[in-house]
Amino acid sequence: MGRYVVRRLVGTLPVFLFVALFTFCLLRLTPGDPAALLAGDQATTAEVEAMRLKLGLDRPVVEQLVGWAGQLASGDLGRSVFSNMPVTRLIGQRAEATAMLALVAIVMSLVFALPMGVIAAVRAGGAIDRLAMAVAVLGFSAPVFVVGFFLVYVFSLSLGWFPTQGYTPLSAGLWPCLRSLFLPGLTLALLYTSLIARVTRASLLEVLSEDYIRTANAKGVRPRVIVIAHALRNAAVPIVTVVGVGMAALLGGVVVTETVFNIPGLGRLTTDAILRRDYPVVQGLILLFSTIYVFINLLVDLSYGLIDPRVRY
Amino acid sequence: MKPRQGWRLATAAAIVGLWALPAAAETTLKVRPFGDLKTIDPITTSDYMVRNHGYMVYDVLFAQNAKGEIVPEMLASYDRSQDGLTWTFVLRDGLKFSDGAPVTATDVVASLKRWGERDGLGQQLMANTGSLEAVDPKTVKLTLKNPWGLVLEALGKPSSNVPFIMPERIAKTPANENIKDPVGSGPFVMKLDEWAPGSKVVYVKSPTYTPRGEAPDGLAGGKTVKVDRVEWQIIPDAQTALNALQAGEIDIFEEVPPDMIPLVKGNADVGIAKLAALQGVMRFNQAQPPFNNAKLRQAILALVDQDPALRAYVDDPSLYTNCPSFYMCDSPYFTKAGWPKPDVEKAKQLVKESGYDGTPIVLLDATETALHPASLVVAQAMRDIGLKVDYQAMDWGTLSSRRTSKNPVGQGGWSIFLSGPAAPDMSEPVGHMALRSNCEKAWFGWPCDEEIEKLRAAFTTAPDLAARKAIAEKIQLRAVETVPYVPVGQFFLVRGVRKNVDGLLAAGVPVYWNVSKGQ
Repeated sequence: MGRYVVRRLVGTLPVFLFVALFTFCLLRLTPGDPAALLAGDQATTAEVEAMRLKLGLDRPVVEQLVGWAGQLASGDLGRSVFSNMPVTRLIGQRAEATAMLALVAIVMSLVFALPMGVIAAVRAGGAIDRLAMAVAVLGFSAPVFVVGFFLVYVFSLSLGWFPTQGYTPLSAGLWPCLRSLFLPGLTLALLYTSLIARVTRASLLEVLSEDYIRTANAKGVRPRVIVIAHALRNAAVPIVTVVGVGMAALLGGVVVTETVFNIPGLGRLTTDAILRRDYPVVQGLILLFSTIYVFINLLVDLSYGLIDPRVRY
Repeated sequence: MKPRQGWRLATAAAIVGLWALPAAAETTLKVRPFGDLKTIDPITTSDYMVRNHGYMVYDVLFAQNAKGEIVPEMLASYDRSQDGLTWTFVLRDGLKFSDGAPVTATDVVASLKRWGERDGLGQQLMANTGSLEAVDPKTVKLTLKNPWGLVLEALGKPSSNVPFIMPERIAKTPANENIKDPVGSGPFVMKLDEWAPGSKVVYVKSPTYTPRGEAPDGLAGGKTVKVDRVEWQIIPDAQTALNALQAGEIDIFEEVPPDMIPLVKGNADVGIAKLAALQGVMRFNQAQPPFNNAKLRQAILALVDQDPALRAYVDDPSLYTNCPSFYMCDSPYFTKAGWPKPDVEKAKQLVKESGYDGTPIVLLDATETALHPASLVVAQAMRDIGLKVDYQAMDWGTLSSRRTSKNPVGQGGWSIFLSGPAAPDMSEPVGHMALRSNCEKAWFGWPCDEEIEKLRAAFTTAPDLAARKAIAEKIQLRAVETVPYVPVGQFFLVRGVRKNVDGLLAAGVPVYWNVSKGQ
């Protein structure tokens, strides 16, 4: 397995190089200029040009790329064009909120989705199955901002149980932190519950039709044991894949949810940086997201070996 | 119970009671500002959020009161020589920076010189300055080369770029390089360690600031801070900000979108207050066809009816004003001289006379800004008289880059964009960003007119207000012919305020001294 991990890690290097180059070029091709934004609405053309010179944006693109690559090689993601803060510090300020939101959303999703998918599979074709799948379709189809504002209206503005917005950091206590994340977590959980529940149902249905399940039934094994101990484990590979991809997407920043609930996470940092054309921040974030995707995919792949003994690396 | 036991119990209860008493609660004013603080240098940028940050942490030599008068703020006194060439400014006692260092004349000189490199009015002041020097630790002497009548207006400039006073060590930073240290001598201190761009900016009451004895008056007077801490909470979504205001999670919501005003008014715990007046500016690119043709610009001036453009923004007459002038309606220089009444037929006639050949008019519209509805209205009005409008929707980031281009419209250029500068930047001819007609040095659109420039120069040496008003009127009469831009009216931005917040000042700039917060 060790050799497999090393091989996979080495294989990610071209991915990072491609992502870095692609992001760099894409940003330079996008209309917009950080110098014009930084100079302000009243700046004259000469002042904008002076700002471009100061920021080094007048240099040839290749020269800028080489400079950035040199920084990256020394582990430096650069500084924000606007706040002059190191990109690593900006990411550090936002990472906790996004990580906690992702964790809460995934835990909530799993708590709802696994029982829902299992029951729907076991009672396939019945009223409960239809109801569960109808809820899943609704959860998957409803726009996040509609669900979010609806939850805020009911649980915050009408009942006053949760704050309407904002994130309370873990340093202020676990309960205040979880309380601030309950509604955004639930909003995302509705989406991911739908996805995971549907995959769980489909995967479990396939496994439940296997011969060894029939054999277990014939031997008189209790249905609950068959589903949990035999079927669910064998159905787990697609479920873990979906959970992994979902986790990566959540860690990559969920812009709409973070905006609706004013969570200062990585998603909002990304949109703000894009709107301002804050090149170093966007570049640093995209590299971070690609790293998260690569490593979560690696973890998911490695978990297959633990779930299914037939998978060997 | 024995008497002695009772005494012991009472004592213990008293001690426990005292221990359990809450410490004096810190008062935090939570504000959702209209934008994000992108940088902390109010000299390198004219961004209004950075200007507002400047008013929190810096002090100014002169400030504008509610009547629009320029009065001393950091100064104990000032003196002007008979010939108007020598000015002496004496700092008041007790001025200190937040790092504990006293404010001295050398700090003032360094700050004004740096500001004078960037700001338009500052540049004019410096061009007319023979010397600017510290006579002693509290006295600054300014000697002009030529008589120049706008010294007070320049030093008391209320909007970007404001001549804020910084410590000399910071003000020595080159004027094209951002400062990194927000130390100032203003009423608040920025907590740099708590600044999370895009999320939160924190200010605390300055322990070293001594306010003037007078009551606050506009941006002038005593800047007494009545809360311990001000938090700017950056909430990008307006609906989320409204929810937070209604739930009491924030105290002030700057720039409530007009469609949300009825919701704010419907909440008993929240009120509405005017924030600032802006002028809608419809700017032409005069470097390229078709608006390098004055007749066509005159046609648009005749075409634009401010009323529908303003009502597209807000359908509440108390929040907009039809203002047929290049100057703000409450400016001393306001005049209707030469202003044409909206007349579609005349506009069509002028289009015909212009020889318009169907060149596409590229209208850049930043859809997230307050002037987006007005952009749609004027675009349709132009189409209705037969102009070929290429409407291009984008974000402000793209627009602010596109408008720097002088290329033809077919090569990424532009013809028109709309913007909303604040009242202080549109009130008199010299600081007026959109009337400047000095070609390459003018604001985007680059109008070029020698006569306007001569009149603007004459304005700076006019002996009194009456003479200045006469010149301002001449400038308007000339600008009606050259049409550097078309004003689409004047409108107010409003803020939503919790009822337990008191003392907000109507200063034209959102400032948070004098503001108290009850339970």
